[in-house]
Amino acid sequence: MSQHLITSSPSSSPITSSPQHPSTHRPAIAMRDISKRFGTVIANDRITFDASWGEVHALVGENGAGKSTLMSILAGLYRPDSGAVEIDGQPVHFRSPRDAIGHGIGMVYQHFMLVEPFSVAENVVLGERRSGVNLETARVARELTALSEKYALGVDPQAKIWQLSVGEQQRVEILRLLYLGARILVFDEPTAVLTPQETHGLLRNLRGMAGQGFSVVFISHKLDEVQEVADRISVLRRGQIVATTTPAATDRRTLARMMVGRELADFVARPADEPRAEVDRGGAMLELRGLSALGEKGLPALREIDLEIRSGETLGIAGVAGNGQRELAETVTGLRPVTAGTVRIDGKAMTNRPAAEITRAGVAHIPEDRLATGLIGGMDLSANAILRDYGQPPLCHGPFLLTRAVSAFTDRLLTANDVKAPGRWTKLRTLSGGNQQKLLLGRELAGEPRLIVAVHPTRGVDVGATEAIHDALRAQRARGAATLLISEDLDELLALADRIAVLFAGRIMGTIPTASADREQIGLMMAGIESREAEVVMDV
Amino acid sequence: MSDFLTPTFVISVLAAAVAAGTAILFACLGELITERAGVLNLGIEGIMLMGALAGAGGCIWSGSAWVGAGAALLAGAAMAAIHALLCVGLRANQVVSGLALTIFGTGLSAFLGRDIVGMPPPSSFRRIDIPFLAEIPILGRILFQQSALVYVSIALVVFLWWYIFRTRAGLRLRAIGERPEAADAMGVDVARLRALYVVMGGALAGLGGAALSLGTNPGWTEGMTAGRGWIAVALVIFAAWNPARAAAGAYLFGGVEAGQFRLQTAGVDLSPFFLSMLPYLFTILVLVLSTREATRRALGAPAALGRAYMREDRG
Repeated sequence: MSQHLITSSPSSSPITSSPQHPSTHRPAIAMRDISKRFGTVIANDRITFDASWGEVHALVGENGAGKSTLMSILAGLYRPDSGAVEIDGQPVHFRSPRDAIGHGIGMVYQHFMLVEPFSVAENVVLGERRSGVNLETARVARELTALSEKYALGVDPQAKIWQLSVGEQQRVEILRLLYLGARILVFDEPTAVLTPQETHGLLRNLRGMAGQGFSVVFISHKLDEVQEVADRISVLRRGQIVATTTPAATDRRTLARMMVGRELADFVARPADEPRAEVDRGGAMLELRGLSALGEKGLPALREIDLEIRSGETLGIAGVAGNGQRELAETVTGLRPVTAGTVRIDGKAMTNRPAAEITRAGVAHIPEDRLATGLIGGMDLSANAILRDYGQPPLCHGPFLLTRAVSAFTDRLLTANDVKAPGRWTKLRTLSGGNQQKLLLGRELAGEPRLIVAVHPTRGVDVGATEAIHDALRAQRARGAATLLISEDLDELLALADRIAVLFAGRIMGTIPTASADREQIGLMMAGIESREAEVVMDV
Repeated sequence: MSDFLTPTFVISVLAAAVAAGTAILFACLGELITERAGVLNLGIEGIMLMGALAGAGGCIWSGSAWVGAGAALLAGAAMAAIHALLCVGLRANQVVSGLALTIFGTGLSAFLGRDIVGMPPPSSFRRIDIPFLAEIPILGRILFQQSALVYVSIALVVFLWWYIFRTRAGLRLRAIGERPEAADAMGVDVARLRALYVVMGGALAGLGGAALSLGTNPGWTEGMTAGRGWIAVALVIFAAWNPARAAAGAYLFGGVEAGQFRLQTAGVDLSPFFLSMLPYLFTILVLVLSTREATRRALGAPAALGRAYMREDRG
């Protein structure tokens, strides 16, 4: 272990300390007056940030606040326009990730940087700076096994990456960084893709590594995790550090206010505690019986799903990404063929009907990837606004679009949904994620749909827009719409859903009323562990 | 009809298949390493033509077939450098750049070569029997009574297989075609390596051209590759990006090419037009099958093939 730490440091660098013997009087990282702009956008505005050996320093902020830019500078991906970076007291100028790795900086990115068809050992060899021709995967695998045991990571070096779960892949990333001699570990929103149990394990690992003397930077916007794991917390807003504090000196609410710059309803009342408005429940709006479908690779992705949503009811679907969520939304909206079972919408058989017919039946779809299947980035706002209803009066007359009606329709949509844009002629791509999503949501919900299929409606959206989107979905529920809400964010499900069903490997593991929902239990079900609890009611 | 399908006939067809398939094999190996690096090069046909011209021209100028082969390597590398500059450096569309390269190579070779059309090169790669190995029954006749270029190509197949699957450099090559972001994060210089493999792939395709103009069809004629570059591109898919399978595929096409003459001389009653159509029919079939996403996955296509890599994309 220690041999790697030394050999992987470039000889020009005077680093001699290892994590076990940190030089406590010098900060591990010191970034001073860092500025970086992309075109006219200032991503980092004279940021000063430091982290010590043996410390977990959390960096929180909304999407677009500049967290990832700052860390990409540290990882050698971007070069700052101005400012200085010091590692262990020595000034450094990284020109590539290779330089950063050489100085002991390891990043665990949100999207893992692993080559899927390769084995764990091959992925590690890829990062090794060692001359010689042969792959030596056997030697690397041996050393990885030892390292994996030492840090209790439980990684099999021979396994292929595509065979591993998301949580395991993350541990591969950590193991690889440790092997390559990283002493400063940066985690970019590492818990976004994990089950609650895996999150717990990761946070414990982070504390453990800080205890060994590593310097850990933890980027997140999940404030309870930050409060649990961090020694210090820095809050970024619009490219500037607005505060650096400690968990003891602050609370979630204060942090949220600092992140957004104003009070937020969601953080004031814990959503799960909020009494839910009673809505008159009608009959079953969506009814799935024995629904099965194939995934992208032609393998079964949904296996005999039974679900029912009544009008005025929101059913949340929880689960780790890739367990059939996308396929579920696509079969209901007619985008993916059903191989067995039935889909009934408002009592009418809709199995394998064309998507247009399902849309006309009053189904709104807020897809997983808004720029891939919901909106057209290169077209202007009015084109995007009428994408759903362009073929109906008053927007058209026969084959011709009525420009004036289209303009009026678009302006109404932008105003009603508080979409901030220079005008309807702007290209959709230039809007922020939050404004894009508000436009999409407004378009889909405009026709008072009877069934709403919403997949990750607030992913990649800032806190303010999240609040607006949640309000819109609540209003639809109060109006009597049935909602199928698919999300990886358990907080979002707890805040909006009446019942939560957990998807694992294409099956419904169980359905729980939100009122009696327990995170631990949902987490176990997300990991595929059958719950023995009596209160789990299979499909009310 | 009497000597049709006798052992002697079959062996002579197989030996001719190896000889005729060598030009395609070089081009196919060139495209293979290019695609392994994540870059699609549809300019192989044009590069082969430039290689064929440079091979014939270099040989006529110097009198040595080896100098011709060297000129072909350089010409191929120079052509591919255009593709590398456009697609790796400037991140232009790889399909458009490749097609442009084919059109450019076809026109340029016809223009530059107009003075040496039909001129026989003073030297060419002739049959060299390898001592002892050439005596092996059947196999010796097929593999070891060939020209030097054939031996080079066989050695190259073995070398590339070892290089791609057994060395650190090969691991990096596969990684930049599979997941350039991951390679970049691990400190691999994606752009530099991609450009390098595009240029080396072009050099091999150029040598493939010389294998025609200094080997099986000595001398330069306009458009003499007759679509072999396209066959090579299709073969890479058929070969599932594996050099050993590329050799099998190239010899199969060589067999079809060699077989049509021999079938005609053996008096089989099939239209020669139909027979000369076969390689292209097969090429279309391979391309149609391979455009299916599922097939590509099953064959193990490099995941980032055809996708330009830009670090800022990650945001």
